[in-house]
Amino acid sequence: MTPSDEMDTKTHERLLSIAMKWYEQIKEGAIPSISMPTRTKQNIEFDDESEVWKYGDRESVRSAHTAKSALHLLKMSYVIWFLKTQLIEKRSSTLRELYYISEGWKRAKFSAQDESNFLIEDLEILTDLQREAFHLRPEEDGATIFGPLRIREMTRRGERTIHCQDDVGEAGYQIPSNVENIDLIEHDANFVIAIETGGMYARLIENGFDQDHRAILVHLKGQPARSTRRMLHRINEKFGLPVLVFTDGDPWSYRIFASVAYGAIKSAHMSELLATPRAQFIGVQPSDIRDYNLPSDTLTDKDIAALQSELSDPRFASEYWKSQIELQLKLNLKSEQQAFAARGLDFVTQEYLPKRLTEMGILS
Amino acid sequence: MVTLAEDLARQQRSISVAEFFEKNKHLLGFDSPTRGIITTIKEAVDNALDACEEASVLPDILVLIKKIESDVFRIVVEDNGPGIVPDQIPFVFGKLLYGSRFHQIRQSRGQQGIGISAAVLYAQLTTGLPTIIISRTGADQGAYRFLLQINIKTNEPDVLEREEIMWDRTHGTRVQIEFKSTMAAKKRLLEYLKYTSVVNPHARIRVELDDETYLFERVSDEVIACPQAIKPHPHGIEIGQLMRMLAASEDTSSEFLVENFTRVGKKTADEICKNAGISPGSRASSLSPVEQKRLLQAMQEVKVPAPPTQACLSPIGEDLIAKGLEKEFQMDFVKARTRASSVYAGHPFLVEAAIGYGGKLPPDGNAQILRFANRVPLLYQQGACAITGCIAGVSWKTYNISQSTLPTGPLLVLIHVASTNVPFTSESKDAIAAIPEIEREITLVLQELGRELKTYLSRRDKNRLQEDRARAVCAIIPEIAAKVAEIVELPVPDIAPIEGKIMKKVLVKRYLREGRVIIEGKNYTSHPAEITVYDISSDSGKGASPEPSIVTELDGEFTKMWKLTLQPGDGWTAGYAGSGGGTLEVRGIPPEQVVVVDIDSQ
Repeated sequence: MTPSDEMDTKTHERLLSIAMKWYEQIKEGAIPSISMPTRTKQNIEFDDESEVWKYGDRESVRSAHTAKSALHLLKMSYVIWFLKTQLIEKRSSTLRELYYISEGWKRAKFSAQDESNFLIEDLEILTDLQREAFHLRPEEDGATIFGPLRIREMTRRGERTIHCQDDVGEAGYQIPSNVENIDLIEHDANFVIAIETGGMYARLIENGFDQDHRAILVHLKGQPARSTRRMLHRINEKFGLPVLVFTDGDPWSYRIFASVAYGAIKSAHMSELLATPRAQFIGVQPSDIRDYNLPSDTLTDKDIAALQSELSDPRFASEYWKSQIELQLKLNLKSEQQAFAARGLDFVTQEYLPKRLTEMGILS
Repeated sequence: MVTLAEDLARQQRSISVAEFFEKNKHLLGFDSPTRGIITTIKEAVDNALDACEEASVLPDILVLIKKIESDVFRIVVEDNGPGIVPDQIPFVFGKLLYGSRFHQIRQSRGQQGIGISAAVLYAQLTTGLPTIIISRTGADQGAYRFLLQINIKTNEPDVLEREEIMWDRTHGTRVQIEFKSTMAAKKRLLEYLKYTSVVNPHARIRVELDDETYLFERVSDEVIACPQAIKPHPHGIEIGQLMRMLAASEDTSSEFLVENFTRVGKKTADEICKNAGISPGSRASSLSPVEQKRLLQAMQEVKVPAPPTQACLSPIGEDLIAKGLEKEFQMDFVKARTRASSVYAGHPFLVEAAIGYGGKLPPDGNAQILRFANRVPLLYQQGACAITGCIAGVSWKTYNISQSTLPTGPLLVLIHVASTNVPFTSESKDAIAAIPEIEREITLVLQELGRELKTYLSRRDKNRLQEDRARAVCAIIPEIAAKVAEIVELPVPDIAPIEGKIMKKVLVKRYLREGRVIIEGKNYTSHPAEITVYDISSDSGKGASPEPSIVTELDGEFTKMWKLTLQPGDGWTAGYAGSGGGTLEVRGIPPEQVVVVDIDSQ
């Protein structure tokens, strides 16, 4: 039995155990029900030990005694039935395909894709497995990676060993949706830089930053997909490489950093797999806007509200973040990563990053 | 010029009331043959009800309508009232404006004494036939039969025939009138009788319309307390009436006021006289027209308490209105209100109302409006009536009732205005005039009832929602059961027990386990359930625990019966060695409150 067969068997068993529980309940004359953590902001807690965000102790019971909950359970049964079939037939589908497949489920049809995505997350929580185990993948294409890293990927067409500098094109290696199919073989890097925008990612590759500083570059593509976060987590865990996050200088980008480092509400059930608590923030820092006199925009009301809410957010409850956010509110300005171009295309790789990384103790 | 004036004066002559009526039939409700038939029956039935009330008799009224020729109808109204003494009969039926109640201050149906004699006149004018009256005042008195007409010139009765006859009734009156008419308004006629029956729940009215018979049965055996006459109130008197009363008086002005008016004592009487500038000791009959006018003015301005209202008014009562409506209309909700009595312009009045909703009322269109004045249905001129105006003036949307001028939907609104002097817009007594005091009372009672209706509607909607939900759940759970069974590849489980739980019922189930038959009961309702469980199979049930109350055998089939009471939430189990099969039944509880599941037989 191959590892993936084993995984399928485990997934199959866990999915079936949910259905079996309901079957037993019904047979005993009990209204079928299922209990799981309440998936709201109020029930997200910072776990000091693992330093990531997890669901708290609040549980909610979904019981078929109201029409709404009964329908939810019915949809869940249909999805379990579908996933079971998919596992047996060794097929896979995207979240979007699942949504369209439900068209034929009459009463159990999903009204929007959000609903089916949410239900899959429920199943992840209930089975303690990732959706990849269900042979489900997101339709968004994964982010890319570029740097001195060798991996082995189990593809549908066989095993491939790839070096992320030598064996890839200019855009880098595309992270597949199921990172579990990747073996991290070896690396020749000092650190990993996760970059928010494609423009900055391409700038660093073009300027040879990965070679000069032996850096693994990862493109986050905005708010990072699960597979990207899982990849960062795995590299950090397996090789012990520092993970640095380089984003725009606005409150929304700080949240991208927070989700890389501490996890997100929607996926709090797998924060331990996805978050990289030791990740560090490079910039753009509000003090950079001031020190480098970067081209900037005035903060909007929404920006200000977001900054203020971050001041009371435990993820930003450090002296560093407090002073930076307060400074930004005082400056009333925000800047993009690519604003460094105002000082020349090489400025970011020649001046800013080396200086900042030295400051952070990454470079000596 | 002088010649012309003399010519005109020669042409001027007094016209009799009867002549006036002939020319102004519409004023009295005889404007068309169709309407004439309804007005006649209305007047006769009103008189019959009034008479029975005065005699404290439960009314039994017979209405016969028979087509004699293509356009001639015979109308007979017979009652079991006190009857009329023979000498009075010609005046009651053969003279307009002759009535016993005209000068009395109390609530009654007929008032002016025009109604029935107008019908006599109408018959005489259309067919030329006299009206036949039979009346008897008691078992020891003879019955008399009269043939009557009215002398149009003199407004005096013409007695064509008078004879003593044999009559099977011990007391009562029968009127037979024949006139030209049509039955085009049959529906309206029956409506009138139905509405009359609603507000006179103590009356039984039987109708024979050619070959059809309708019976409006009585639902109350209470005789209505006859309203008592009161003296007029100084604020509620008009100059003509005052002049007549003064002329007939032999007292001093002060004595006259004390004697003839309610709420007037010596002190008030002297104050009125003083304000009117007349001597309290002057003779009432000797007052000059100017003094009379000053007296009226002073009477209207003097401060006196409102007239007593209790005795002279006779409300139907909330219970009887509701009963009366329930017997004639099938509705889901009925609520009636009787307001406290009140006064307008010195006239006591009170308003009663009821609202009915749902049931067999038409679901669309304007609400059905039932208007009554002194227990008489008002059938015409709905739009001109103050009652209609008040109903339209209420914001029904506040009470979850849709509205387009009038409220719409399966709604019935009943308004009864009772007064010693109902202010009609015209002599045909079709519509109540817009008197602010009365309108205020109508609006208030409608708002009160509207709130009750709203409470009922929201409770109904809530129940409906719960039911919908339970039904939805019970539709979804079988699908969950089927899908889950497909996933785990096992037979589809029985979901009846869950339904019992969701529907909040008593659940009784039987199943086999390891050679034992197990019967379980569980009460999911909020009330104790007393049930009897019948388990019929070939098992003898020997050694059952608990032991059955009774075991009987018939052809190898044993009926094991347990009687038990399950408190809410309680469970019960019985078991015995056996192989099951047969049937399971639960009795002693309405079927909609129990779910019985024989698990192994499915």
